[in-house]
Amino acid sequence: MISMEHLIIGVLLAFLVVITIGIIVLRDLMAAVILTGLYSLVAAGAFVVMDAVDVAFTEAAVGSGISTILFLGAVSFTRAEQKPRGNDSWLAIVFVIATGALLIYGTLDMPRYGSAESPAQTHPQLGKRFLEQSADEVGPPNIVTSVLASYRGYDTLGETVVVFAAGIAVMSLLGLKRRRPEEEIPEHAPEDQPPELEQDTDRLT
Amino acid sequence: MFVAAALALLATMILTIVRALSGPTLYDRLLAANSFGTKIVLFIAVYGFLAGRPDFLDIALVYTLINFVGTVAVLKFYEYDDSVGGDYQEDDY
Repeated sequence: MISMEHLIIGVLLAFLVVITIGIIVLRDLMAAVILTGLYSLVAAGAFVVMDAVDVAFTEAAVGSGISTILFLGAVSFTRAEQKPRGNDSWLAIVFVIATGALLIYGTLDMPRYGSAESPAQTHPQLGKRFLEQSADEVGPPNIVTSVLASYRGYDTLGETVVVFAAGIAVMSLLGLKRRRPEEEIPEHAPEDQPPELEQDTDRLT
Repeated sequence: MFVAAALALLATMILTIVRALSGPTLYDRLLAANSFGTKIVLFIAVYGFLAGRPDFLDIALVYTLINFVGTVAVLKFYEYDDSVGGDYQEDDY
């Protein structure tokens, strides 16, 4: 059964590699957006197989749902086709490969997937304490929530600060300019929708 | 039995990925992505029984909803923005 699990995870990770190469190669930005949603679905499936259901949930909702819509909004500001690039710099490829190799090297120290010797498993009181005392110490019946929000609360707070800072940075780049023009009528005003809809229903019937 | 079903689903996933990567029009890709979402949902359900814990079925249901929302969002975008689907013709109905 374990080998079956590893086989499935391997196949799903291979899907991820193929989809990533497709995203890089394709010039069509809309196709790239669709493939990004596909990527998130595959990643979510892999997370489910690896028993990280909460992570899979987030990946599917954020990666496949909200990110796709945000990317669509971004594409609507530009063209749907990527500009033809000049010569790709070999230096860039070398840098990317070197960074990726460094990141993979960084993971070599970590315990293997599902390892029984990982520090979280071998620590004498850690898991026991979480399982037995978290209901009294923190409250929520879901132990993962207790660990996330209380036992490692500062870590979660740090993550939230990072996301918040990134959001402020993006808003300061994009958001301030779009407030001011009042006279511009939006391209698709609500008034011109009903005739189109009627047309569509006529065509369908 | 569940092993065979899981492997068959993986094979169909490969087919839909091929279509999503090579699809001539954007609609082929969109349809491939949508049906791939269905395959992932089925796969999660089958894998739940394969691993002996069919507790994740509700997650498969939520994936269905998310997949649906994503597809509808992309199609709404096509409806509002004519500049995107350049290869789209009225006769394609």
